[in-house]
Amino acid sequence: MTEKEKYRAMFCDPNWDYETLQAADEVISRIGQEYLKLKTYPNQIEVVTSEQMLDAYALTGLPTSYPHWKFGKDFVLNQNNYTKGRMGLSYELVINSNPCISYNMENNSTCMMLLVIAHACQGHNAFFANNYMFLDWTSADSIVDYMAFAREYILKCEEEYGEEEVERVLDAAHALMNYGVDKYKKPSKLSALEENERLKKLTAIRHENYNELWRTLPQGTDEPELLTSDEGRFPKEPEENILYFIEKYAPAMPPWKREIVRIVRKVSQYFYPQGATKVMNEGFATFVHYHIINKMFEEGYLNDGFMLEFIKSHSSVLFQPEYNSKFYSGLNPYTLGFNIFMDIKRICQEPTEEDKAWFPDLIGKDWLDQVLYVMENFRDDSFILQYLSPKVIRDMKLFTIIDNEGETEFQIGAIHNERGYRRVREQLASQYDRSSYIPNIQVTRVDRHQTSKLYLTHYMQKDRKLETKSARQTMAHLRYLWGFPVELHSKNKLGINESSFEVK
Amino acid sequence: MSHIIDRRKNDKGKSTGNRQKFLKRVENQIKKAIPDIISQESIKDSSTGGSVKVPVRGLEEPTFHHDPKTGKKQTVRPGNDKYSEGDRVPKPKGGGAGSGSGRGKGSNSPEVTEDEFTVVLSREEFLKYFFDDLALPNMVKKLMDSTENFEMRRAGYTRDSVPSRLNIKSSYQQSLGRRLALKGVLDKKLALLEEQLSLATDPAEKAALAEEVEKVRRQANTLPFFEDIDLRYNNFERVPIPVTSAVMFCIMDVSASMGQHEKDIAKRFFTLLYIFLTRQYKNVDLVFIRHHTEAKEVSEDEFFNSRESGGTVVAPSLKLMEQIMRSRYDDSWNVYCCQASDGDVWSKQDATECKQLLLENILPVIQYMAYIEISNNPRESDLWQAYSRISDDDSFSIRQVYEPFEIWPVFQGLFRKRSAV
Repeated sequence: MTEKEKYRAMFCDPNWDYETLQAADEVISRIGQEYLKLKTYPNQIEVVTSEQMLDAYALTGLPTSYPHWKFGKDFVLNQNNYTKGRMGLSYELVINSNPCISYNMENNSTCMMLLVIAHACQGHNAFFANNYMFLDWTSADSIVDYMAFAREYILKCEEEYGEEEVERVLDAAHALMNYGVDKYKKPSKLSALEENERLKKLTAIRHENYNELWRTLPQGTDEPELLTSDEGRFPKEPEENILYFIEKYAPAMPPWKREIVRIVRKVSQYFYPQGATKVMNEGFATFVHYHIINKMFEEGYLNDGFMLEFIKSHSSVLFQPEYNSKFYSGLNPYTLGFNIFMDIKRICQEPTEEDKAWFPDLIGKDWLDQVLYVMENFRDDSFILQYLSPKVIRDMKLFTIIDNEGETEFQIGAIHNERGYRRVREQLASQYDRSSYIPNIQVTRVDRHQTSKLYLTHYMQKDRKLETKSARQTMAHLRYLWGFPVELHSKNKLGINESSFEVK
Repeated sequence: MSHIIDRRKNDKGKSTGNRQKFLKRVENQIKKAIPDIISQESIKDSSTGGSVKVPVRGLEEPTFHHDPKTGKKQTVRPGNDKYSEGDRVPKPKGGGAGSGSGRGKGSNSPEVTEDEFTVVLSREEFLKYFFDDLALPNMVKKLMDSTENFEMRRAGYTRDSVPSRLNIKSSYQQSLGRRLALKGVLDKKLALLEEQLSLATDPAEKAALAEEVEKVRRQANTLPFFEDIDLRYNNFERVPIPVTSAVMFCIMDVSASMGQHEKDIAKRFFTLLYIFLTRQYKNVDLVFIRHHTEAKEVSEDEFFNSRESGGTVVAPSLKLMEQIMRSRYDDSWNVYCCQASDGDVWSKQDATECKQLLLENILPVIQYMAYIEISNNPRESDLWQAYSRISDDDSFSIRQVYEPFEIWPVFQGLFRKRSAV
């Protein structure tokens, strides 16, 4: 029996064992590398039970995290939904780390295992390892390390300052978690070792500069250069990273709280690319598993029965209910991403006249090169803006609905026709732009002379206001972190105040 | 090269700590729900375990987000079947559908709405909340003494102990693993060196390599059988052993005037008391005594289920209790007594006799006695009148109950923590 026949027998048996997985991984990695030219991190494939998957869900996939009730809540919530049958668990969960850790459910059939290994261990893994967002904003080498550091640090704080106080800081920082990312500056890389070194150095500096005389003075800001700087307003430029601003400039915050804020900020930054590349990431991984499994079939590793099961799973992943279906809950990122990637391939191979007008750059190019180029250099909004083709808009029958406050009717803005393509595309791209789902709020001023009051500005887009109740609660959290009064103004595009929130 | 790891044998309780933190956060809500749970059925089969569901609300984590009702919004949707540009569609009433947040939901998205959800508590956890603010009254002497005794029990292995506790098997396992690991490294090194040796041409280099090979071979053959790090010792821990046990006497009136409703209330009350005691004592004995005109010791099943009728005389049951107590339970037992009745007695004479019995023979030797009168009659019964004269709320309490929802407050009242103690 040749090796291929042996593998074929293994893959077509619905029951798998360790050797099946090993063989699957071997064949799939080879095809990924040779056929799709994927460059990946090494894989760490973990087989887990449903309970362990629930644990992994609660920590958003990270092998460890600092203790907080939020994770417990998510766990209880998921567990309830799962045990009541309201929710299924994913077949896999994969995290952006080096080695790339993926969790595979034990009750997957062999077919699902292969699909999942191709999807996660090749598709997502390659995406993590090559997309610019992940390369610039996260450090896959050290995240697991860093979370271990964070956990230890928080546990130490709990011991020293009490669980309640630590929880308070974490709650407040979590409320501002969406405002912990530098969208334009690339952050520095991290590791637990370096973090510990940094902390030690900080303490050493504090010890050296310790002076009994100063101890009796009322505590001022930690940043003396601020006080001596010129009369102008502070900060000079509005600051979008609110957590960073607090960590750096909160006037009376003890160092350990600053460190906790920093930890939350770093975690938020680690997850930032995931939110910004959901369509691309899932679309690309689906594209990869689709090609790898088909290639395996061509090469004779799989039989027809396997392929039927594969096609069923593949199409249920891509299921997109229509706008008027009771199952509709937004666009399925798998479907949208997969369709766009498949269409890029089609345009490269068999362009129509329309494609030549829309995508002159793709015509006659190697499809794989183009797909890999796109995978590396875009994020959801730019990806859609650049590559959503009229054909995909037609196939998915996309259209836009305008919903204006105060009007009693919806209006159809654009549909899948010549007049509408561009508008549908622009609209969809802006929908995946972060500012359309996270209000644009920045630190604009600190009153350093009298009250130490922190002023924030919400730059309104499309007249969208803040939801009052949760904005108030968030402001209370901000007040706690800042330690002095805080005030937020929502300004419309003319710069006029529409609403204000203040916590004294 | 990929690593494939089977994690299924690993611990699964990774979220336990976070779950505890979460429960602490909703503690007040859980406690508030307890009276509801008791007035429902769920407490009945209490001793067998199982879980309890508590609905929890208001755990949103606030962030800044857009108010879905405001602004000019445009969203993209799939599957257009009939619309053209510029068409107008009336908004549904209530304005619910306007929230096209554009957040896609994949086929395996874990997001689920969380307006309200239930926390499932294990029996243990539930009881913890249940009895959190309660304490056994008058648990002075016996219970206090009881925790002083300890026993040594096996508790895994330790790396550091006295030689007599050496555990050979697990030490050998450690040694085997260490030797395999070291040998593997050295063998690999040896193979590499030998290959170099066979390729080497320069005699000086050859000699050096040969010497190296010899050295590594010696190392590989002389791995120590046991190192300090291999050694494992049996570990022992001191475990407190409760020496005292408690006995609970349940006395119920089963005369004709006690209907199903009254018995049901009594049963719930007894059950509560039983669970409460099992949390305090390792061993709790139950003695069931029922009475109409005469008293009889019966099984639990018979106690609650069989019907009898007739008039009511209470005193014989107390006498029987005293008799059982003296014959079966010596001084090391904590004795509790709980009596349920509708308060009807045959004659004033009987009530007085009961009072006398309690005062002289029973109360001095037992820990605590609770009497509940299941009645909604505002007029005080004879038994109540008699008992109220000797009740001091310290070792003897009396309460009146009629509806199931009243049970918990009454129970709480009987066993609330007394600040003075």
